[in-house]
Amino acid sequence: MPDYNWPDAAHRTLIGKRTSRVDSPFKVSGRAKYTYDYHGANMLFGKVLRSPYAKAKIVSIDVSLAEKLPGVKAVEIIQKPGSTVAWAGDEIVAVAAVDEPTAEDAVRLINVKYQPMSYLVSDAEPPAGAGEAAGPMSEDDIDDAIGNQTPDAEVAKYLQEHGVSFKVDDDFLKDMQDEGASDAVLAAIRQATFHPVKGAGHSAYQKTAAQTSGDPDKAFAEAEVVSEGLYGAPVIVHCCLEPHGSVSEWTDKDHLFTHISTQNVSGIAGQMADPLGISAANIRIHQDNMGGGFGSKFAADRWDIAAARLSKKAGGRPVRMMLERDAELKVAGARPSAYARVKVAAKKDGTITGWQSQSWGTGGPGGGGMPPIPYVFSIANQHKEHIAIRNNIGPARAWRAPNHPQAAVITMGALDDLAAKLQMDPLDLWLKNLEITGPRRDVYREELAVAAGLMGWKDKWRARGQNVSGGIARGLGLSIHTWGGRGHASDCDLTIHPDGSVDVKMGTQDIGTGTRTTIVIVAAETLGIPIEAINLYIGDTLYPPSGGSGGSTTPGGVSSSTRRAAVDAREALFTKVAPVLNAQPQELECGNGTVRVKSDPSRSLDWKQACSKIGAMPLTARGHNDQVAGKNHPDLTNSGVGGVGMADVEVDTETGIVKVKKMVAVQDCGLIIDLKTAESSCYGALTMGISYALFEEKIMDQPTGRMLNPNMEFYRLAGLNDIPELVVHMMTGKGYDERGVIGLGEPPVISPGAAIANAVANAIGTRVSFLPITADKVLAALNQKSMTQKAGA
Amino acid sequence: MRPFEYASPITKEQAVGLLGTSWGQAEVLAGGTDLLSLMKDDVVHPKRLVNIKQIKEMSGVSVTPKGLRIGALTTLGELADNVNVVKDYPALAEAINDAASPQIRNMATIGGNLCQRPRCWYFRGGFGLLPKDESGKDLVAGGENRYHAILGNDGPAKFVSPSSIVPVLMAYGAEVRLIGPRGMRVVGLETFYVIPKTPTDREHDLRPNEILAEVILQPNHGMKVAHYEIRQKQAFDWPLAVAAVALTMNGQALFGSRVVLGYVAPIPWRSHDGEVALNKAARMHGGVTEEVAAAAADAALQGATPLSHNAYKVQVAKVALKRAIMKAVSQGAA
Repeated sequence: MPDYNWPDAAHRTLIGKRTSRVDSPFKVSGRAKYTYDYHGANMLFGKVLRSPYAKAKIVSIDVSLAEKLPGVKAVEIIQKPGSTVAWAGDEIVAVAAVDEPTAEDAVRLINVKYQPMSYLVSDAEPPAGAGEAAGPMSEDDIDDAIGNQTPDAEVAKYLQEHGVSFKVDDDFLKDMQDEGASDAVLAAIRQATFHPVKGAGHSAYQKTAAQTSGDPDKAFAEAEVVSEGLYGAPVIVHCCLEPHGSVSEWTDKDHLFTHISTQNVSGIAGQMADPLGISAANIRIHQDNMGGGFGSKFAADRWDIAAARLSKKAGGRPVRMMLERDAELKVAGARPSAYARVKVAAKKDGTITGWQSQSWGTGGPGGGGMPPIPYVFSIANQHKEHIAIRNNIGPARAWRAPNHPQAAVITMGALDDLAAKLQMDPLDLWLKNLEITGPRRDVYREELAVAAGLMGWKDKWRARGQNVSGGIARGLGLSIHTWGGRGHASDCDLTIHPDGSVDVKMGTQDIGTGTRTTIVIVAAETLGIPIEAINLYIGDTLYPPSGGSGGSTTPGGVSSSTRRAAVDAREALFTKVAPVLNAQPQELECGNGTVRVKSDPSRSLDWKQACSKIGAMPLTARGHNDQVAGKNHPDLTNSGVGGVGMADVEVDTETGIVKVKKMVAVQDCGLIIDLKTAESSCYGALTMGISYALFEEKIMDQPTGRMLNPNMEFYRLAGLNDIPELVVHMMTGKGYDERGVIGLGEPPVISPGAAIANAVANAIGTRVSFLPITADKVLAALNQKSMTQKAGA
Repeated sequence: MRPFEYASPITKEQAVGLLGTSWGQAEVLAGGTDLLSLMKDDVVHPKRLVNIKQIKEMSGVSVTPKGLRIGALTTLGELADNVNVVKDYPALAEAINDAASPQIRNMATIGGNLCQRPRCWYFRGGFGLLPKDESGKDLVAGGENRYHAILGNDGPAKFVSPSSIVPVLMAYGAEVRLIGPRGMRVVGLETFYVIPKTPTDREHDLRPNEILAEVILQPNHGMKVAHYEIRQKQAFDWPLAVAAVALTMNGQALFGSRVVLGYVAPIPWRSHDGEVALNKAARMHGGVTEEVAAAAADAALQGATPLSHNAYKVQVAKVALKRAIMKAVSQGAA
């Protein structure tokens, strides 16, 4: 059997080295094409009429004036009269016209009568006693659980215990399968008991979890120290620079061609087939480049289906339906909020013994689940309750490392407060409790040492509030995190042509993370030729299917399938070349642009000569990576990483403005394919972390039911001047490389928010409970602190 | 697209003749950095756009015995780079360079900056300049008002005046020349801005058929002027508060001052309370010290009436003013 294993360090010429991204020249010179850039012949422009109400019943829709407007080519009603819209911005009618202004005019001519209903857009702490007992799951609840990547076992258990509030049919199961539900979850949905929910409007507050393990009462009764606090992170949005959307056209009456901005090239056709009534095989999906998804671009959205229908009505003309900036922020996905009142029990030496939390949060209409708290640390004795708030802010979508950043803010904040109460350096508290972090404890230990060195932690760290001078308070904070990152299912075709050229084809996508670079490095390394010699084709359903880019599954998936295809193609080539070199195929190797005899490199052919022995027809090999670990022999990918984030901040105690001075990220991700891209992933994550720690918030207004900041002036993102010194260190070498390839998209974005929040607490001597840490919250915390001190004096 | 007429006059008189007699009929187009987004967002829908960029005499900066004359079409970028501005009005150059991004500063004009509409999210969201719900309830007072006014907010207007440059212009004592059908009138910036009382009012004294043609900066005879801006982000952002001060000093002695706050009220807020307190405290202390500056800041914000979510702005504005005063004092003798 061919040896698929990754080459060892001595035999790597590209893997693990620093390679610049192969697509960078195209991007920086503007040649890279995005969905937004596609302009088909006779293209029409789609626009959507959206609900002005956070909740309303649609009484009637009159589109006659819009249809009569010159230039309007098609009108499609998305939600019919009688439907209930559940958030401001919900889609009602789509139109296609010859240009954007005409389409906008047509939207204004549509007359919809609404019956407004009462709504909730707040996710403030539920009033005492609120929250009905956990009930059966609704369609939204299930959709939400899958969208947020709630662990399968948790969803299945809940369904088994509480059932569903609706009648499950095949359409629903198919939808959930398309959304990414696992077989286990689908089976649980199928077997769930039907419990109709009585009464029309049940409470917005639903107790979704009450879990006890160990003996928390005893732990708190015996605790030498108990620390209490309030922590949380608000709803934020993805704010993709390239908004969601697609261009659909019917190439004949049975065939659809869709350019779409997606993280899921191979999965989109299957989602569009059913609503459009054609087979998935008749739908071609294409995407060259994508301008940001962060977890929000796995689905064919309602507006995409509408665009395809409009195109059909307009005789197949391409219909471009890209969201406007405000729609992108209002409806194209939100990260659920999570807040918690936490108590931690400990011994005087810092040993953590108990955890209690009352948490709440919203993921929109589905409510949302409890984040995985306590995070990373498996505290023996715990009691947790969670209330999900079902409200009208629009649906949640997975946001880079779903639920982990929120869990980190809550858990790492609570432990940092405990350290302060114990008058311990948090670094020591973390080290003291590493035993309960599970299988990655030694990784954390190594990483904390590296991170502390890079931050200068031991020199710089002062006890809380003890580093203030001239109105500027400085502080350090830390957090640790974990993620899976096993490779997804992926197929790769690698073709060697008789003239020596090489094609790699795969229905994956490069969502800006360096996937193209990963694939060509693996192919080139395996064949011993330069990366420029590989012609890579991705982003199209013409190529073998490869999984959606979510959950850090892409690097493991595509590198494994590429490695297998390349090894098989290489073996096939050796078979052809061996007789010429008077050797057996297994005696040959590739390297340095040659095929040669391992024991006698002087017996060699250069790559072109070698490939000329293939014959008249090119040879192709198919590589496959299975998402199930045990089905790959050998397994080239792995799961489970640990990482550390540290922040050094400066707080102006008069204005409450926080500036991050330095961030450190230390991360493992198994065998690194491209060190430069891996580091870039961490730099990006730190930047994103600073943004959500200090600035980002979906500001919802109860009086109007609307999002007030669906723009890029008040939905603030960090700019260049807000980015400090960023230091990234990737763990490599023994103990890491031999684990195989593990994804890196999610992990480094988890800790920055918690680390910055802890650094602010360390600087100003008190906790700012909720992100984003804005001037108003810092000043309020400082006022509270000074009042408490005065009262105590 | 809502249809509109587009006119491109080449003289001020022609331009004035093309304007309407009430607001909403015509809008003046210069840099377009604000107006075009308001039109695209369907917040304003003029029947006619009067592009004034072809009026050559409205561009450029000239030095006259009465001071610096700045054509309204001068871009922010040009103004910040102008040698006379850099030499005699450095705080203005600094305030401009703190505003927006280089791209916007290269398009936006000083006239447009003075006439830009509020950034209030209810206004920008189509709820009107004095936003109310269907029952007539004030949306700002009962809603999300973290960035709204803390002074001058007792009427229906609760937005904040959006220019971060006007406070320092006011500190320098700038005036504007307005051209209308009956000729020109000159008004001080302080009287140019007014708090609207009805939804059809504007935020300034400009009449619907007038054009802001010029900004005049009096000669700077040694005033110490400083601008201080506090904002959430260090990159391109709208401030939480702005302060500008002009001090007339002889050695340690303070002879007079102008104190202006921005982003605290529906108009740029000239604080006479702050000036009186500053002058008085400076006399008592024999100079402008940190305590004196703090006393002036307290006095300037004493009458603040914060809304439900913006009390923090009182503190932020105080600090901005205190720091602006200390920054001005620390300047070398002019």
